[in-house]
Amino acid sequence: MPITRDEVAHLARLSRIALSDAELDHLAPQLDQIITAVAQVQEVAAEGIPPTSHATGLTNVFRADEPVPCLTPEEALAQAPAVERQRFKVPRILGED
Amino acid sequence: MTTSTDTLVPFAEAVQRYEPLIGLETHVELGTRTKMFCGCLTTFGAEPNSQVCPVCLGLPGSLPVVNRMAIEHTIRIGLALNCSIATWCRFARKNYFYPDMPKNFQISQYDEPLCTDGWLDVRLDAIDHGESESGGTGAEGGSKRTVRVGIERVHLEEDTGKSLHVGGATGRIHGAEYSLVDYNRAGIPLVEIVTKPIEGTGADAPVAARAYVTELRDLLRSLGVSDVRMEEGSLRCDVNTSLAPRGSGRWGTRTETKNVNSLRSVERAVRFEIERQAAVLDSAGRVIQETRHFHEETGTTTPGRSKEEAQDYRYFPEPDLVPVAPPRDWVEQIKAALPETPSGRRARLQAEWDLSEADMTALQNAGALDLVAETVAAGASPADARKWWLGELSRRANDTGTELADLAITPAQVARIAELVSAGTLNDRLARQVIDAVLVGEGSPDEVVANRGLAVVSDEGALSAAIDEAIAANPDVVAKIRDGKVAAVGVLVGAVRRATGGKADAARVRELILQRLS
Amino acid sequence: MELTRMTAAELSAALATSEVSATEVTQAHLDRIAAVDDRVHAFLHIAADSALAQAADVDQRRATGEQLAPLAGVPVAVKDVFTTKNMPTTCGSRILDGWHPPYDATITRRLKQAGAIILGKTNMDEFAMGSSTENSAFGPSRNPWDLDKIPGGSSGGSAAAVAAYEAPLAIGTDTGGSIRQPAAVCGIVGTKPTYGGSSRYGVVAFASSLDTPGPFGRTVLDAALLHEAISGHDPMDSTSIDAPVPPVVAAAREADVSGMRIGVVTDLSGDGYQPGVLSRFAEAVELLESLGAKVTEVSCPHFKYALPAYYLIAPSECSSNLARFDAMRYGLRVGDDGTRDAEEVMALTREAGFGAEVKRRIILGAYALSSGYYDAYYGKAQQVRTLIIRDFDAAFGQVDVLVSPATPTTAFPLGERADDPMAMYLADLCTIPSDLAGNAAISVPCGLAAEDGLPVGLQVMAPALADDRLYRVAAAAEAAFAGRWGQPLLASAKGLGA
Repeated sequence: MPITRDEVAHLARLSRIALSDAELDHLAPQLDQIITAVAQVQEVAAEGIPPTSHATGLTNVFRADEPVPCLTPEEALAQAPAVERQRFKVPRILGED
Repeated sequence: MTTSTDTLVPFAEAVQRYEPLIGLETHVELGTRTKMFCGCLTTFGAEPNSQVCPVCLGLPGSLPVVNRMAIEHTIRIGLALNCSIATWCRFARKNYFYPDMPKNFQISQYDEPLCTDGWLDVRLDAIDHGESESGGTGAEGGSKRTVRVGIERVHLEEDTGKSLHVGGATGRIHGAEYSLVDYNRAGIPLVEIVTKPIEGTGADAPVAARAYVTELRDLLRSLGVSDVRMEEGSLRCDVNTSLAPRGSGRWGTRTETKNVNSLRSVERAVRFEIERQAAVLDSAGRVIQETRHFHEETGTTTPGRSKEEAQDYRYFPEPDLVPVAPPRDWVEQIKAALPETPSGRRARLQAEWDLSEADMTALQNAGALDLVAETVAAGASPADARKWWLGELSRRANDTGTELADLAITPAQVARIAELVSAGTLNDRLARQVIDAVLVGEGSPDEVVANRGLAVVSDEGALSAAIDEAIAANPDVVAKIRDGKVAAVGVLVGAVRRATGGKADAARVRELILQRLS
Repeated sequence: MELTRMTAAELSAALATSEVSATEVTQAHLDRIAAVDDRVHAFLHIAADSALAQAADVDQRRATGEQLAPLAGVPVAVKDVFTTKNMPTTCGSRILDGWHPPYDATITRRLKQAGAIILGKTNMDEFAMGSSTENSAFGPSRNPWDLDKIPGGSSGGSAAAVAAYEAPLAIGTDTGGSIRQPAAVCGIVGTKPTYGGSSRYGVVAFASSLDTPGPFGRTVLDAALLHEAISGHDPMDSTSIDAPVPPVVAAAREADVSGMRIGVVTDLSGDGYQPGVLSRFAEAVELLESLGAKVTEVSCPHFKYALPAYYLIAPSECSSNLARFDAMRYGLRVGDDGTRDAEEVMALTREAGFGAEVKRRIILGAYALSSGYYDAYYGKAQQVRTLIIRDFDAAFGQVDVLVSPATPTTAFPLGERADDPMAMYLADLCTIPSDLAGNAAISVPCGLAAEDGLPVGLQVMAPALADDRLYRVAAAAEAAFAGRWGQPLLASAKGLGA
């Protein structure tokens, strides 16, 4: 199933990447080629084969409900692009909260 | 935009022609000490960004580790809601971008929730005290039925940070210039409880929705898993509403209403949506499947931001966490330790106190149930406990505009007063004086009785003298009594009581007078 | 002997007897870096001051008679994907240019606790995506064997640093081969431990279910020493295995393969494999046989689907892992001129901050996970993963370890595959199966290819938690080759002259 330039544009928007037209022109055929190649997995007969999401076989890894020292607000905010009132200052957000 | 310009069909009419179908999604912040995936504190109201770490800030390289107590609480909730507990399940990533989500994905559960397929019985006539809806409600007609609300799933996820929107008129998002984000709340464990569609409530739909949230809240509180305060955001509700023409046999398009921040709002939101959707359907329009925002001030809903593309969350199993497979003996342990449910407790007390349903409901609606129970536990009879709490004390509460539970008198003290009356030390009138005194802080009932010398005068000698005086002073009354008008004895009783400063036991005085005059 | 020519094991011994000080060792390596790194470009950040401070501390503690860990005073280079407090961590990306993490990775902490000297952060393909370091936002690193050739990737900087004698040890991460492939093309030793054997806490995530931190060294024993120092259970990492570290150092010292059953994976050969690589590999297998191992051929029929499965699973996970880079809390912020909304600033920042390969994989991942495509792509890939695990299980039922070339070719020229993603991906053909299965694998030098005189790597693969078998076999091969070659392979590297 080849991927169209429009689909690439849609996925870029979904991924919050403002691709330029030139990039779209460049990336779309490459992605098409890659997707065609990786689609090879569909050749594999996998009826009844369970998918593996975790290779270790571990289950039930937990921690106790005990507090652990955390960062100070200064440490947390030190690398922030913008700070106001001890909070991360971000550009206006569209949409309902 | 807070005003709605929608046409509405009056509620009673709307539910005559249309059948509502409702559903509720409730988010509960668990009261664990630490967050879902890290050891940061969860204390409400802390300074901004003072309870954060690399994990809940989603810093590059950070990894989540599951809080065992959160799993335990979720299982507890599932069991209390009669759900099946998964033998094996995973967390999943829900991917979308939003500044209050540090990783731009939320660790949640998708097609493998921890608990599924349960139910909660909800009584429609029980309304939470102090929040009764003004104006008519569907329950006016005395709807006393129980609705079994199906629970689709109970799953666990992490909460987001909180944004302050700066620059706009109302502090809301519209028109804001920028936002300030605090991540203290990010990562707090959140349990999501989703009902199955609730059918057949008809005109009771708004009340049913509210009653469900109320019952759920009380249940969660009794489990000790959350402080479930809607005003603090530890209990949040989204309401789904759809309408279909009566008898059509199909269901309509549903809307989801958010920002429903109180029990009253739950009821109002459903009611408004029914009225609005009925108008849309009446005009042969189509109800748009959308998310709407409830406005407290106007009781209306307005559409949320319409998105060009529907959200594709691209769920996949969370690779940083391993599956959760609660051992059956752990689940059994939790089950065995479940406390009595609020409805179970109510049923038990009703039987113990030998009350009718109506009486029980009255107690609950007055907010007196727990108080009466504690008073009984302190030694009073159920009848006495009810009498004082529903009578004198309710009057006081109304007069001063306080809640019953906030009156400055304890159930133990009420029990003591009842005991003193039974023993004949106090009569009702004196008891009321004692109550007054306790309420203003004069001390315990015994202290008040002693300090004010309020004990009933039952010393026959003292009474005798007063009775002699009264008889002597009221010959015409005495004559009437001797003539057969026994009721006239009240005058003499009154005189004796005045003479003893109100401390004589009226019944005893009456007895003595009649004895003397016969 | 020059301090920079000594192995970590030799330095450790010399330091232990105070024959040499940590300060001297550190200074010698800093000098070497100053002399050659303008040509190798292995390092993105050289932490001279803190390294010397660490060294002084080690010397002082040793002077008081304190018992120190084996690696105390031994320099290590750290791939820039590990968080290091008070040191930049860029992951080779513009989007994290200038980021100083407020916390250390667990492995960083363990190195510091062991007294190892962190010389600096090494170059890498951006966010660990690549096989050549050409995807680094800060320019590629160069292969010390031939400065016009790639050093491999994504841990190319770490491999180059060790091969150029700038550090005796380095750590990297292996997701699709990113330790073993650079080790192979740079003529050094590199191990991908069992997944979960080394902590990922503080390792900026590329593909969470595949990323495995591991060691580089010029000798098998050196790699084993570092492997042991960084491994072990970490409660901060839920996927971390709670089991003792396999006895890798002991196995490296024993180096005895007699009686071991070795399986040659027939599927990792054929078209696309450089003849010179295949010859050196065949000789290595014969050598192992002559040392007493029993060699057979093994077929792993689903290995041919490993590459496509990997290029579905890894991008899917990374598309999600990299979503956090959105200009809101740290890192690059572009386009915030007061008129734009948050989403626009996010999109402009990610456009400016991510390179082409990262963008490709994010979009590919979003595609594979999107509703409607999930089952056919991501879901199917996870099933293929199960089949590959079963191939390994069946194989390990017959043999103790599997062997193959580590890479299909030797180091290719810089620029040759830079804009041909599919060609670039082929560099990982041999290494990917072990990443998907989560078991352990190593690359050890087995000679130079006849065509170009560039190093060839022998890959050994072992079941999960049997990492020691890797070192047993690799050390045996290394010793036998040393006998045959007469000098370490690296001694013939010409790229840097002396």
